[in-house]
Amino acid sequence: MDAKLQVPTLDSPLPVLEPIKGVKKAPLEEYFTSGHRTCQGCESALVMKLMVKAAGPRTVVLGSTGCMYVANTTYYSTSWVVPWMHTQLGSSGSAAVGTAAGYRALMRKGKIKREPINVISFCGDGGGADMGLSAISGALQHMDYNHLILLYDNESYANTDIQASGSTPYGANTTFSPHGKAKRILHKRWKKNMAAMLAAGHPECRYVGTVCASYAVDFMNRIRKALSIGGPTFIHSLDPCPKGWDYDPMLSHELGELAVLAGIWPLFEVEQHQLRLYGKTRAIVEGRQKRLPVRDYLMKQGRFAHFTNDDIDYFQAKIDEMWTRWLIPGVLPFSTDVLNERPPA
Amino acid sequence: MDPDSATAVRVAAAEQEALISGSEAVAVATRLADVDVLTAYPIRPYDTLMQYVAKQIANGEQDAEYIVAESEHSQFEIAKHAEAVGARAMCGSSGVGWCYAFEAIAVTPALRLPLVAMVGNRALDDPGAFGTEHNDALAARDLGWMHVWVDTAQEALDTTLMAYRVAEDRRVFLPCAISTDGAFLTHSQTLVKIPPQTWVDEFLPPYNRGDLRLHPDNPITIAPQVNEDWLMEIRRQTDEAMRNARGVIEEAYRDFRRIFGRGEGNPFFEEYRTEDAEVVLVGMGTLSMPVKVVIRKLREQGEKVGFVRVRWFRPFDHERLGALLSRFRAIGVIDRDFSMGSPFNSGVLANEIRATLYAQDRRPPVVSFIAGLGGREVTIPAVKEMIEQTRRAAAAGKAPADTQWIGVRA
Repeated sequence: MDAKLQVPTLDSPLPVLEPIKGVKKAPLEEYFTSGHRTCQGCESALVMKLMVKAAGPRTVVLGSTGCMYVANTTYYSTSWVVPWMHTQLGSSGSAAVGTAAGYRALMRKGKIKREPINVISFCGDGGGADMGLSAISGALQHMDYNHLILLYDNESYANTDIQASGSTPYGANTTFSPHGKAKRILHKRWKKNMAAMLAAGHPECRYVGTVCASYAVDFMNRIRKALSIGGPTFIHSLDPCPKGWDYDPMLSHELGELAVLAGIWPLFEVEQHQLRLYGKTRAIVEGRQKRLPVRDYLMKQGRFAHFTNDDIDYFQAKIDEMWTRWLIPGVLPFSTDVLNERPPA
Repeated sequence: MDPDSATAVRVAAAEQEALISGSEAVAVATRLADVDVLTAYPIRPYDTLMQYVAKQIANGEQDAEYIVAESEHSQFEIAKHAEAVGARAMCGSSGVGWCYAFEAIAVTPALRLPLVAMVGNRALDDPGAFGTEHNDALAARDLGWMHVWVDTAQEALDTTLMAYRVAEDRRVFLPCAISTDGAFLTHSQTLVKIPPQTWVDEFLPPYNRGDLRLHPDNPITIAPQVNEDWLMEIRRQTDEAMRNARGVIEEAYRDFRRIFGRGEGNPFFEEYRTEDAEVVLVGMGTLSMPVKVVIRKLREQGEKVGFVRVRWFRPFDHERLGALLSRFRAIGVIDRDFSMGSPFNSGVLANEIRATLYAQDRRPPVVSFIAGLGGREVTIPAVKEMIEQTRRAAAAGKAPADTQWIGVRA
């Protein structure tokens, strides 16, 4: 391997976490259990459960403000079997660095036992893609510290009443972007491309990936890879949210699949500079799976109920552009073509 | 040999002197205290501390995680989380940088994390100003941070060691901010006694987070949602810890005197020529220099004037300070800060002193002054003017109702 791809000082011990070969081989132990108050059909709760199931008991979890803080940790009860600590809304990156740095110093100086400790810091899309972006970026530069930052993206500030974030999809109805008589669409920002942005912008970071908990084994194996590869890592998970997206809670799993199959949520990973599409995304790109129309995904959700055919066409054109015009389809834009699509008036 | 002489011999034999600034003195203290994690982000004048730390790290003189963060907020959050796993940490800031970190600063006391931070006191600009003003640190005065104002580079070094000792005491477990006046102290070099490591080790036990350490062997949940069900009890516990700090500070200073052979007097405030004084000035930080010069001169002329320098602002030693100040005929309080629209339009310290005196049977008039903002020099004539005004209040038995701005253009 190219020497410059090595972590400069891989002196903190790393865990050995073998890939899970199929759902029946997944560990039975749960480290995120009862005691939480998440909504029926909450996909983010499943993300928490799979995340620590994959990581195992020698794990410390830091949680920034958001649903997975407020709903999971009511004083005098906790759904966390592993140690857990709250961090501020924009601090998932800093919490990971501080925790990992503390352990590193204490282990080097012989003040605590030297052993691998998984540090996972999670944030929602508000905490991660908006407020905490700078701290996450900083964290991904400090190669001495082993940790994983997991962004669970339910595409709004879901805990505070469903307000638009930088990760809310174009046109979605939120309490900060209601559709009204004069303006059908108030939220005109296109969703941030967090994983690719961070992978492209942090050349030494050894692992960045996107996941969807609808594909649970793939999800857990990416957590394991991120925790055992060394240095700071980042995973972005798309989490269907019945409350924020306005759909029947029984459809959470299906909506995650549809987001992938419609090409809206590409599954990819950048592992030591190697980009790899995986799962159904790879099947679509290799022609083994037909990319579904975005209509199938959008029209199952109340947040897009106000969309006209023009809006759906515009959304479709933007997704088509990802796959036909982007320099790296589904991952990085920088098209060399002139873009003609404009939002409908 | 009697114990005092034994200490003196030990001091002479073991301490080295170095010509260093206040910031460097704190950097040396972090090395002596074996701090595990230090975080840096530039803003003048505090950043000089981390420049010295960076050199110590680069030269292999200090073994610590030294992290250059991407903002003050991250700097304080990183240090906070390092403290949660049982690592001793240090960070700091100045002026609006301290404000940028305010969210992290606000939550640290309730988490009972004994983080020690240096504030290089600086004006909150805009309008642009690098100089000393105490409003940055004072903005956090009500949040459960201990606050101590130091005056010399020696005091900066000694107080950093004491801050860890007090903050990390299980009866306290609160963060501590050490205020060092920007430029006057952060950048001015004086001879500082650097104690040997053995003394520091005797004085400062390792940081033991005990059953509060975040670690897989101790799977606790820290800082869940408590809401109205429990928040008040937790605030009360934090308040209890701050009350405990008063006694713990006394113990720490007593031990410091025993081991290091210096640090006489009341830890909370320094008295200068107060023994038979009729009027005194009260202030914090480096303005003590011009004040002491004037008082020395006036004493030579037989004037009964003195000075009280408040060192620990939180916890505030209201009992002893109140008892002391009630002796005098009038008190002039110099604030290097402002509190627009406060009672009598005073600075912060003056109203703390007024509140302190209220519990006393004898309440001398308090003249409140605002001086030296933005690093403006508190000059000898300015100090003389303040003493003169305080003397007039003593003679009249009554202070002017409003606050006097000293050394300001009309």
